[in-house]
Amino acid sequence: MTLDINKIRKDFPILQEKVHGKDLVYFDNAATSQKPTQVIDEMVKYYYKYNSNIHRGVHYLSNKSTDGNENARKIVQNFINAEHLHEIIFTRGTTESINLVANSFAERYIGEGDEVIVSEMEHHSNIVPWQLVCEKKKAVLKVIPFNDNGELLVDQLDELITDRTKIVAVNHISNSLGTINPVQKIIDIAHARGVKVLVDAAQSVQHLKIDVQEWDVDFLVFSGHKLYGPTGIGVLYGKEDLLNEMPPWQGGGEMIKEVRFSGTTYNELPFKFEAGTPNYIDAIGLGAAIEYVENIGLENIDAYEQELLAYATEKLSSIDGLKIYGTAEHKTSVISFLVDGIHFYDMGMLLDQMGIAVRTGTHCTEPIMQHFGIDGTVRASFSFYNTKEEIDALYNGILKVCKMFVH
Amino acid sequence: MPSKSKEVEVTTLCLSIIREMTINEIQEEIIEEFAGFEDWMDKYAYLIELGTDLQGLDEQYQTDQNLIKGCQSKVWFNASLEEGKVKLEADSDAIIVKGIAALLIRVFNNQTPEDIMNADLNFIDEIGLKQHLSPTRSNGLVSMVKQIKMYGIAFNHVK
Repeated sequence: MTLDINKIRKDFPILQEKVHGKDLVYFDNAATSQKPTQVIDEMVKYYYKYNSNIHRGVHYLSNKSTDGNENARKIVQNFINAEHLHEIIFTRGTTESINLVANSFAERYIGEGDEVIVSEMEHHSNIVPWQLVCEKKKAVLKVIPFNDNGELLVDQLDELITDRTKIVAVNHISNSLGTINPVQKIIDIAHARGVKVLVDAAQSVQHLKIDVQEWDVDFLVFSGHKLYGPTGIGVLYGKEDLLNEMPPWQGGGEMIKEVRFSGTTYNELPFKFEAGTPNYIDAIGLGAAIEYVENIGLENIDAYEQELLAYATEKLSSIDGLKIYGTAEHKTSVISFLVDGIHFYDMGMLLDQMGIAVRTGTHCTEPIMQHFGIDGTVRASFSFYNTKEEIDALYNGILKVCKMFVH
Repeated sequence: MPSKSKEVEVTTLCLSIIREMTINEIQEEIIEEFAGFEDWMDKYAYLIELGTDLQGLDEQYQTDQNLIKGCQSKVWFNASLEEGKVKLEADSDAIIVKGIAALLIRVFNNQTPEDIMNADLNFIDEIGLKQHLSPTRSNGLVSMVKQIKMYGIAFNHVK
């Protein structure tokens, strides 16, 4: 099926905006995606008509909001094909999901001398929580390296794993290189050695269909806002037995069964991990976003974005002095690049003046920058609402910047 | 563009021979200069030119101590006090940032610590570089201004 891009673009009001008097070209999708009217309207509807704190409410509005929240959980469950509804925990986002797992999992399973493995291409969010936990537990953090194309050296994983290794935490797709990592292979290698796996899907749920049961992954985490949903909502999927064994992370309302000063008992899954008033409106927004994406079809989205990636890679590569960082065989629609003699910050600032939004800097992946011996890159990341004409605008914009630097 | 800036440079030079310009006079001059630019391209081309022309810092001064840490570009400032006047030098790995640093040097170089301390900086706003001033912007312009002011305070104390 070919996507009707003009129709899709009309769903995203912000794409009609002008920036510095020019048509907005939004190529910062890996940082956050824009929101379709369907998501915004659904959230507004709840604020207008149904808002009330959820769970344990006896009145109409509370039930309405509770239903909305739990329906969103159901949508997420189906989206990633989780076996149980209560394996879906709502969090503030990927970062909070990882912190939750790192802390709670470590509390239960990690002790002095144990090991955690991450990769060299992780977002800081999938490094720092593990570093904190390792420091606290006197555990060791080990790293799977990647090659200069930006491909993980997965063959080294088996050697890295020892009988002290407890968990491997890797991303499905690298936010700054666009590499699609062989997650199934990683899970298989780890499981063969009795090691659990967390997959950071923050950069992949919006591009690729994920089936947690098929993967047999232990934990999957992602954010709503990169998936065309609102900010402030994210998901932690965890296998039921693990989540049941792990202790609560944050205490408060909702997560308790009974509170006594002599000892408190905790609620069942998923509520055990959802302390405080849940972010139900954003959860409802996330549900609407997933429905929107599924209506278009992830396969269609992926096919079109691959087309954009191929087109942009070819165009940008033809620019003199432009180098792309991240040339893995399997990539998603992310292009990190530098042009000889032009600082990424200068490039980003000048493209901005042309209405083109790209991200510059380290993209919260300093180890990747260290690998390549650079301070940062310019990153253009494409979504299914982007067009080849917009890529042409980027191409022409870069040429214009190059020209300004020659004079 | 180059001819215009050369003209300005000559004017600046002449003026400074007649008498030292005050911080506010220099700011006014910069604002006037920028008012002449027709679009953003001219403005940024000028900043690039300023950045390219600014003599950088010797590597020995590109130290962590002189580094103003912004998340995206590195900026170094070096300051000294000579005959009661503050001498400023700067460098950056990003040219536009270096151009902005050049403007700051033009405003603050050769001023007394006291004048630097008390300066009310309005030109950045006026020439449309305000977007670079918000504290979360990563080029460290806020930090640059703060650092220069700190030099002013420190040298005033020494004096």
